Amino acid sequence: MNHKALSIESLNHNFGDLKVLNEINLTLNPGDYSILLGLNGAGKTTLFSLITRLYDNETGAIEIFSYNIKKNPTKALANIGVVFQQPTIDLDLTVAQNLYYHASLHGMKKKIALDTAIIELRRQNMKDIFHKKVRELSGGQKRRVEIVRALMHNPKLLLLDEPTAGVDIENRQLIARHVKNLCKEKKIAVLWATHLIDEVDLKGNLIILHKGKIMANDSVKNILKNSNAKNVSNAFNYFIKN
Amino acid sequence: MTLLQFYLCFKGIVFRESLRFFYQRARFFSALVRPLVWLAIFAVGFRSILGVSRPLGQPEEWPYPVSLIPYELYIAAGLIAMIQLFNGMQSSLSMVYDREMGSMRTLLVSPFPRPFLLISKLLAGVLVSILQVFAFLIIALFWDIEPPIKGYLMVIPALFLSGMMLGALGMFLSSAIKQLENFAGVMNFVIFPMFFASSALYPLWKIRESSEILFYFCSYNPFTHAVELIRFSLYGQLNEKSLVFVCVFLAIFLILAIYGYDPSRGFIRKKKI
Repeated sequence: MNHKALSIESLNHNFGDLKVLNEINLTLNPGDYSILLGLNGAGKTTLFSLITRLYDNETGAIEIFSYNIKKNPTKALANIGVVFQQPTIDLDLTVAQNLYYHASLHGMKKKIALDTAIIELRRQNMKDIFHKKVRELSGGQKRRVEIVRALMHNPKLLLLDEPTAGVDIENRQLIARHVKNLCKEKKIAVLWATHLIDEVDLKGNLIILHKGKIMANDSVKNILKNSNAKNVSNAFNYFIKN
Repeated sequence: MTLLQFYLCFKGIVFRESLRFFYQRARFFSALVRPLVWLAIFAVGFRSILGVSRPLGQPEEWPYPVSLIPYELYIAAGLIAMIQLFNGMQSSLSMVYDREMGSMRTLLVSPFPRPFLLISKLLAGVLVSILQVFAFLIIALFWDIEPPIKGYLMVIPALFLSGMMLGALGMFLSSAIKQLENFAGVMNFVIFPMFFASSALYPLWKIRESSEILFYFCSYNPFTHAVELIRFSLYGQLNEKSLVFVCVFLAIFLILAIYGYDPSRGFIRKKKI
């Protein structure tokens, strides 16, 4: 059976009287690489908080590989890897200790966790930082460790909320390349939230979120075509003004 | 999720809390210094004016385990409970900090049921507090605080229950506190009233001699019962009334804490995690 990696239907969310998300409908297939583009305050982080059940959705439905996040959070969350906008890695622990802690939160044995950690770090050419304290790492290395951490339990859906915030150009490229490879090799579905136009992959999908509403959701190629725009920046402006 | 996976998750949470505790040595020493200051200065100073004797009209064999004893011996149980109270509040402070810094999210997006995650975190904190208490008891030997060997063993379940109760209270408070800055209020409105309006520093019958209202307030203070449960068990006895009180308050605080962190109903729903 071919399950959707992520399926969101008629999702609304309010903070008090403020409507933060308005009738969100979204699907991601395994192996999809989608950029969620929006200005600050567009609702990207709130959407991620609902997908990861930090908040419960009061309306609509969120399903991860057909598991409803509200009714079956255990199975749904087991399929998600997430990198939050705000770094959530423990600075006082070593990389190995952080990765083991995360793996244990998914019920993994220590040996399997540490072996997986070494494989994932090697894949990112970072094996030498295994026993280093996170506090000693650069900003870019910390973010890459967070990506490794999100992949420890072999998730099928990877959520990245502005993963390159505060990271230099070289590390941004490394992160983007690595994530795209994951999509190809492991068929992981990726939802990458950003406010940076240059992070949009011209071969991937683009979702434009503005003031809590999805204004466009298609391949970048089609979005450029539908908006008669020469580049993503113009297309973005077209959709948020119309 | 299998039973083994639940165990592995619990082990990981205890591992992380122990490491954080190990790396934050200042926290360990301050947790020890606080009761030692009370023991070495306050208790010694007040020894001569605050002798603890049995209440008037009670027979000589009155069962209270530490009547007719030096004041340092009397407050030892209160200071042990104080270690656990501060540890519970410290854990709650670190949960508010984790929430503000974002690392709380790592825990909350785990696929394990949230009550299990919260209870595991609570248990990890209690294990750390029991280590602190035993470090205190070793140092307290210099003040001739020498409970019977049986007491050292019997106090462990009492410490476990009282630590869980105080930790659950801290966890509930952390779910209700919006910002780290508001935590100072907890000191003034929770820790100090709980500690001073209890039998930690003076027996309840002494309080009753001065104020009947305060006596009743102290009698229902959960901290009083944590102190009494520890005090009796330290001398190889069981205070059944305090055991019941501690268990009931533990259940109440735990339910409130789990409710507080429930994403659909609790306080956590209304704030940024």
